[in-house]
Amino acid sequence: MEKHDIKLTINGKVYDVSVEPRRTLVDVIRDQCGQTGTHSGCEHGVCGACTVLLDGDPVRSCLMFGVQANGKEIRTVEGLAEGKNLHPLQQAFTDNHALQCGYCTPGFLMLAAGVLEKNPDISDEELVDALSSNLCRCTGYANIITAVKAAAEQMRAG
Amino acid sequence: MKPASFNYHSPSTLEEAITLLARFAEDDGRILAGGQSLTPTMAFRLARPGHLIDINNIEDIKAVLVKKDKLVIGAGVRHAKFHEPVCDGPLGLLLSRVVENIAHLPIRLRGTFCGSLAHADPASEWCAVAATLDAKLIAKSTSGEREIEAQDFFETVMTTALKENEMLVEVHLPLLPTNTKFGFEEFSRRAGDFALTMALVVWEENGGKIKNARIGLGGVEDRPRRILAAEEILNNAVPSDEVFRKAAEIAADNVDPIEDHATPANYRRDLVKALTRRACEQASM
Amino acid sequence: MATAKKRILGRRLRRLEDPPLINGKGRFADDINFPHQLHMRILRSPYAHAELISVDKTEALKVPGVVDVWEYKDIADLGPIDFRADKSAEELKAFRQYCLAKDRVRYVGDPIAAVFAEDPYIAEDAVEFITINADPLPVISSADQEPGEFKPGLSSEAGLLTHSFGETERPFEDAYLVVEVDLRTGRHSGVPMETRGAIGVHNKASDVLELYGAAKIPHRNRDTLVRMLNRAPAKIHLHEGHTGGGFGIRGELYPEDVLVLLAAERLGRPVKWIEDRQEHMMAANQGRNQHHMAQMAFDKDGKILGMKDEFWHDQGAYVRTHGANVPNRTMCMLTGAYRVPSFRAKCHFRLTNKTPAATYRAPGRFESTFVRERMMDIAADRFGIDRIEIRRRNLIGADEMPFKISFDEPGLEALIFDSGDYLTLLDKALDHFQWEALETSLAKRRLNGELVGCGLGIFVEESGKGPVDGARISVDNNGDIEVLTGGASVGQGFETTMGQITAEALGADYNKITVIHGQTDRIPYGIGAHAARATVMTGSAVNITAQKVKEKALDVASEMLQMPADTLEIENSVVFVAENPSGPTVSLAEIAKRLAPGSRDLGGREPNLSAEGFHNTSESAFPYGVHFAVVKIDPDTGHVKVERFMVGYDVGCVVNQMLLEGQLVGGCVQGIGGALFEEFSYSEEGEPLAVTLADYLLPTMDCAPKVECMVTEDAPSPTNLLGLKGGGEGGINGVAAAIAGAIDNAIGKVGAVTQLPVTPQRMKQILYEIGLGE
Repeated sequence: MEKHDIKLTINGKVYDVSVEPRRTLVDVIRDQCGQTGTHSGCEHGVCGACTVLLDGDPVRSCLMFGVQANGKEIRTVEGLAEGKNLHPLQQAFTDNHALQCGYCTPGFLMLAAGVLEKNPDISDEELVDALSSNLCRCTGYANIITAVKAAAEQMRAG
Repeated sequence: MKPASFNYHSPSTLEEAITLLARFAEDDGRILAGGQSLTPTMAFRLARPGHLIDINNIEDIKAVLVKKDKLVIGAGVRHAKFHEPVCDGPLGLLLSRVVENIAHLPIRLRGTFCGSLAHADPASEWCAVAATLDAKLIAKSTSGEREIEAQDFFETVMTTALKENEMLVEVHLPLLPTNTKFGFEEFSRRAGDFALTMALVVWEENGGKIKNARIGLGGVEDRPRRILAAEEILNNAVPSDEVFRKAAEIAADNVDPIEDHATPANYRRDLVKALTRRACEQASM
Repeated sequence: MATAKKRILGRRLRRLEDPPLINGKGRFADDINFPHQLHMRILRSPYAHAELISVDKTEALKVPGVVDVWEYKDIADLGPIDFRADKSAEELKAFRQYCLAKDRVRYVGDPIAAVFAEDPYIAEDAVEFITINADPLPVISSADQEPGEFKPGLSSEAGLLTHSFGETERPFEDAYLVVEVDLRTGRHSGVPMETRGAIGVHNKASDVLELYGAAKIPHRNRDTLVRMLNRAPAKIHLHEGHTGGGFGIRGELYPEDVLVLLAAERLGRPVKWIEDRQEHMMAANQGRNQHHMAQMAFDKDGKILGMKDEFWHDQGAYVRTHGANVPNRTMCMLTGAYRVPSFRAKCHFRLTNKTPAATYRAPGRFESTFVRERMMDIAADRFGIDRIEIRRRNLIGADEMPFKISFDEPGLEALIFDSGDYLTLLDKALDHFQWEALETSLAKRRLNGELVGCGLGIFVEESGKGPVDGARISVDNNGDIEVLTGGASVGQGFETTMGQITAEALGADYNKITVIHGQTDRIPYGIGAHAARATVMTGSAVNITAQKVKEKALDVASEMLQMPADTLEIENSVVFVAENPSGPTVSLAEIAKRLAPGSRDLGGREPNLSAEGFHNTSESAFPYGVHFAVVKIDPDTGHVKVERFMVGYDVGCVVNQMLLEGQLVGGCVQGIGGALFEEFSYSEEGEPLAVTLADYLLPTMDCAPKVECMVTEDAPSPTNLLGLKGGGEGGINGVAAAIAGAIDNAIGKVGAVTQLPVTPQRMKQILYEIGLGE
């Protein structure tokens, strides 16, 4: 099948890659752009481990083809921290033990980042609903919700 | 779980898309809208389209417009657009109420209204809305446009009246009068899961009585539909728990539920009874 | 001992593991790549049971990018996947799985052929071009149906296992009350968020085979591979990277692990295999699938006289690395925390045409606690006494410790509960969680028509089963400390735990510690992370080793500071005089420099500030706990909502409170999955019906209650210096028991729950049976 030359911007850096149409966005980000922070957990859009921000929207990168992201701005976990300064979400995750094995963590961080950027004053109930989108098998979730609330407060305070 | 190979087309106009579809329909050419159902189906290789015609880069199909007495939803309109009411009056509120139940936020940010209808999962909320409100679906191909009534559109599980070379380009929903009341209830195992059953109840309240009642069920049978016998119980009645219970019982008696290894027909029938009643109660509040 | 002043132990320190994981810099299996690597894809059986007549690879080999395709014939020199270690191994050997199916396929998902290609997409394409010719055989779809044939002449009942002690029939004849149950636990599993992965590399220059993506027990798997591949131990290395969740199922030796190694050697290129989710749901170990028919006899005072259990264990298609470990653990822990004078358990260990079963977090204990505690609830009801009271009358007393349970069968190891005060924990938990007030408020809500109730489960866990583990600790000239272990990290916080133990024992700066685990080329031995062993076994070895390093450091410091060693202390990697903390100091880095090879100040000492130490034990450490659940049932839908969950747990000595609570809460939510949501269903024809995450329902955030924890250190283990006991399985053990009790309580029918998971469909059925359905 004919390959397509596309341009992806990941965390501000431009990647010119040639992709087969069938390559999913998560595979293109990982295998062709070398950004392995985004994880693939189910490849059928249920677990949310592969969540990235696409033009600011949290989306599941296994439910898109890479070719569809041509010209889009993608943000992944690698772009959260500024230099050595952790993003408030990252800081809150480690402070509150919101990760154990860490496999679902990038997806949760990007989901939460997208949700909080869209709705900084989100209610607790809405937050649980939004975060129920992603699966974690280790933590039992309590510390994830605690961490995201702590980060939200931090982000609101600036 | 890597999809099989396909050719990719990314038209920038609707006409171009329809032309491509006509050209590749025989080679299992398919429209790629939000892709939230099609992509996983391809990952399991249960679908292996030869061509995908991606309509995400067509700008003028992404609008929701009020035209006279109807709401016109374009093929590119994503679920998330309905988070806030898309129009004044009860319809906008109804759609906002329903959309909360559709999967999860990341899915709602990509998936489309028309795509859900074309996919025709029996447990799709939008399909239930379309069936309940008697939506009109506009199918377009290179040989022209036709309007399909919702009740004729859904044939069975994931099967619609769309022809291979037709694209669902618009859905028209009737605007609802200001005296409209509605209730929507669904039951799923976890937040965001496909519902085991859902009930949408809509009526107009006139002089304390129920008029033009609509009871639509999704997730129960092989396609969503209105339960006319149950609507009759509501019509001209004064809203009361007893009427709601009766309507719910009649609804339960009039369905032929799908079964699976874990779910006997009676279980869904019970859900119909409970959720129809609750949706009525919600509407009456 | 645990009573000594703790500086670092117990504290909620931030984890050493977190920085790479929150920055997307982890090294999980799929993040590991080698130049010129090939990708392996497995063709799996679509049949639950069939005679495999032939495999035609011709067309697959023609697919551009395909390098080779193997079937059994191509690896006929390779034996089946061997057992790790199990006393029953000999009789079970015939039931082992070959890496690629030989003659027969026995479950949907059984590997038949392996494709090696330049790209994973191409490999998946090529698998579709392999044609198999097979003749379907009758399917054995459950363990409690008549046994069939595993192969001609060999019954699918692989063994009839027993555990017994005391007079078995008499107590039941003399009993004032006999309680009888018929209970089923559903088939579920760990389902970690990262699927399995294996990358095989053959270093041609040194003829070393390397396996990346190893987990859990790299050293034990190395030993098995040494036998299977007939190589010297030094010629196989296993490397553990980041591991996306273990839960007992990851890290056992599976066919794919062996195949990538063999292929790397034979094809001369690195070979990578990443399991996809659909494969995972039919290839990775499952568990829990048991059917129990049990009885308990009581005297007129509600004291247990005896216990009998006959059960059917659905092992799936093959006996994997653990042998008969799970049914054996089910039996030996069945009596739990109670004084049971006589006991007889009989297990039909049966093969079926489903995915093979093995250990999943608290193997055999989640099941046996469910069975035992169901019977305790029923007995209380029949006696008309409180559920707590009947347990109180039967709990083993603190004065009876150590408590020995010996079995009559020759060769069966006795259990020796090392320490414990079960009554005290129960009382503390009842008080802490205000059980009485809770029962009162729930009773009030029930009067208002709500279906709400509470239940409990009491259990003993086993941890730190030996025999031995060691560690090496070294401090370099920069003061950086390497803790080298043969342990494994499956996400539980192993590095932090070992770091804290080292910091405590050595007086080291926690942030200067690096913990190595899961690298067989760095250290020749290692116990791994299984059955809650890591903290107890490796932790104890690290503790002993760190104390040796401390001794050596103080010896040198004494010389440098001109003060006797026993007047010195170390904190934050700095040695000072205990009575004069603001006086002269010397750092561990300075001491390490003084001990450097060739240093003139060695003074006859061995160079380097380092040590090696071991912890040996023949005894397990037995932590124990109590779980309380509160549920609310929606009578319309049958939905069971867990409103609250409470865990009281005695762990002997807490290393990091935050991590321990993390283990308890996470385990608990997994238990809720098994109690209410998760089930690997199969059709009568053996077709797996839950091979996606849309069909196999893991709990999501909205299903997870707030889990409250009360951790005590009342019974430190006498089996190790710190008093450590394991914490990995205490969160899950009693969940099903407590939830079942809570459901019974909510609907006013004791013993109503007989099958797990309690899906809304099953709940609705129960409501109908007791007249609460519409």
